[in-house]
Amino acid sequence: MNDLVLIRKNLFRRKLRAILMMVSILIAFAIFAVLASFERAFNAGQDRATPDRLVVLNKINFTQPLPISYYNRVAAIDGVAQITHFSWFGGYYQEPRNFIAAFAVDPENWMKLRDTDFVFSPEARAAFIRERTGVLVGARMMEKWGWKVGDHIPISSSIWSQKSGSHAWDFIIVGSFTARIPQADTNVMLMGYDYFNETRSFGKDLISWLALRTTSVAANERVIEAIDGMFANSPYETTTDSEKAFSKAFAAQLGNIALIVELVVGAAFVTILMIVGNTMVMTVRERTREIGVLKTLGFSGGRILRMVLGESILLALLGGLPGLGVALLLITKVRDSLMNFVPALSLYPDIAAAAVGLMVVFGIITGLVPALNAMRLNIVTALGRS
Amino acid sequence: MLSPADPIDPMIDIVDLCKRFTKGKETITIFDALNLAIPRGDFVAVMGPSGSGKTTLLNLLGGIDRSDSGAIEVAGERLDRLSESELSRWRASHIGFIFQFYNLMPMLTAAQNVELPLLLTRLGRKERRERVETALGVVGLADRVKHYPKEMSGGQQQRVAIARAIVSDPALLLCDEPTGDLDRSTADEVLSILQVLNRDLGKTIVMVTHDPAAAQYAKRSLHLDKGHFIEKELVA
Ligand SMILES: Nc1ncnc2c1ncn2[C@@H]1O[C@H](COP(=O)(O)OP(=O)(O)OP(=O)(O)O)[C@@H](O)[C@H]1O
Ligand SMILES: [Mg+2]
Repeated sequence: MNDLVLIRKNLFRRKLRAILMMVSILIAFAIFAVLASFERAFNAGQDRATPDRLVVLNKINFTQPLPISYYNRVAAIDGVAQITHFSWFGGYYQEPRNFIAAFAVDPENWMKLRDTDFVFSPEARAAFIRERTGVLVGARMMEKWGWKVGDHIPISSSIWSQKSGSHAWDFIIVGSFTARIPQADTNVMLMGYDYFNETRSFGKDLISWLALRTTSVAANERVIEAIDGMFANSPYETTTDSEKAFSKAFAAQLGNIALIVELVVGAAFVTILMIVGNTMVMTVRERTREIGVLKTLGFSGGRILRMVLGESILLALLGGLPGLGVALLLITKVRDSLMNFVPALSLYPDIAAAAVGLMVVFGIITGLVPALNAMRLNIVTALGRS
Repeated sequence: MLSPADPIDPMIDIVDLCKRFTKGKETITIFDALNLAIPRGDFVAVMGPSGSGKTTLLNLLGGIDRSDSGAIEVAGERLDRLSESELSRWRASHIGFIFQFYNLMPMLTAAQNVELPLLLTRLGRKERRERVETALGVVGLADRVKHYPKEMSGGQQQRVAIARAIVSDPALLLCDEPTGDLDRSTADEVLSILQVLNRDLGKTIVMVTHDPAAAQYAKRSLHLDKGHFIEKELVA
């Protein structure tokens, strides 16, 4: 026997109580690790954008639409070199969980703008411009679903419907493209806006946002003022920003949700901390007499302090480490389906290490008060009067 | 001086010991100039009315409570001059405590309970196990090594407690009503063990008891009353 055995035996003296505490700690740390990983992944996505690209969004937020007429008006502004528009399709393949990142665009201009990111073969380029019902599918998406050029694929929308009432559109894959730079994600599908706009049952002549390239970074400031000034006081006011700021804003939207989640989780964390701390105080108080006996035998106050702290740290680790395991499982499970939003989602080693550090801190915080109480315990009082 | 203590090396030598408790504004004086000398190898029964300070005396002798003034020397150490941590270390090697309600750790087996004081020593695992076996053998519980306190009778638990008290081979055993919770025949077993420890292993024993029959096992008995001792020789 050694002190660790003693600590373990003390911890599991009331098995149910110990297990309940461990489960609550497990949940707290699982959520912590998942959340921290998500946050890391969001932030990782923000550094991909290039500085001369601007994005024009509805001022209310990026989910609100803009009229298609803005496209030509913005294109005409001095300092705008290239421009395209995007409409979010909200697609899925066969089942809603098979999410497809799909956008309706102006084919010719979209390819011009994205030429720096993607490689388009001349045949694909020509076919995408020519075929009304054709879609261009990135290499990674082709591979993911085992599609080939020429395939007819039904893609459903979780937002839009056709005039017939159907949510599914039949598309023909007319070409594919690969990434020119490593950061460019080819798990994406593009369709012609004209066909999409004519067949959908509502939202006609609206788009989601505009993306443009300025003649130079120096022109950004002026172009931004010109665009937002042009649409000020209209029913669709705009906010124009660099693409970098846009992905930041995009992340911020999710970030706001994350913040709420973080607050809730933080509150849960503090609650669990207090419950475990309180339980530890009670547990040690129940042992007052035994601690008095240990001291009588010659165990020093410092040693008893260490034993109680050891117990609360052991408790935190026994709950927290499986919590990390659960987090890893969860992340692995959702990673593929969330690839488009958070491509870099993973349980990073430094997050895991931080979690372990946090467990030790958690253990110390929950054990400190009872440990100090036990250390200071007066033997004569502890042994009581019997 | 009342007792025939070895003038050179007594186990216990108390001179003008004073002990008070303060409860709020009230101060109770338990001992006011208490004197006591107990030689090595003695077996003393301490009797006296409830509240006379018997437990307090044991606490002082064992260094788990502190005196207010006077000198208290136990096993060659002036306890009134030691710090808390020094007292703690001193207790581990010099004193064995036996309580009325055994005070065993419920989550530890008999052997583990007995091993507890050895965690404070430098002894290796094997040596500790041997010592535990010896101690449990002395109290006749060699076959109960793996039993938990709740699986044992009161008498057996008290014998485990005695094994725990002697495992680190202290010179002085302090027993506070060790048979107070036991029936006659079980009490006799426990007292016989104490007698053996005193007679054959040379342990000095101070035992508080309310039971005159228990006191018969001691070499002599002291009566504590109103903060002073009245001695009665039992065994010549
Ligand atoms: N921690 C304490 N605080 C205040 N008073 C105390 C404390 N401990 C003991 N006393 C008082 O000191 C007196 C002696 O107590 P003690 O426990 O030594 O008596 P005792 O002789 O062992 O009695 P009993 O036979 O009932 O066990 C009692 O009046 C008790 O109330
Ligand atoms: Mg008493």
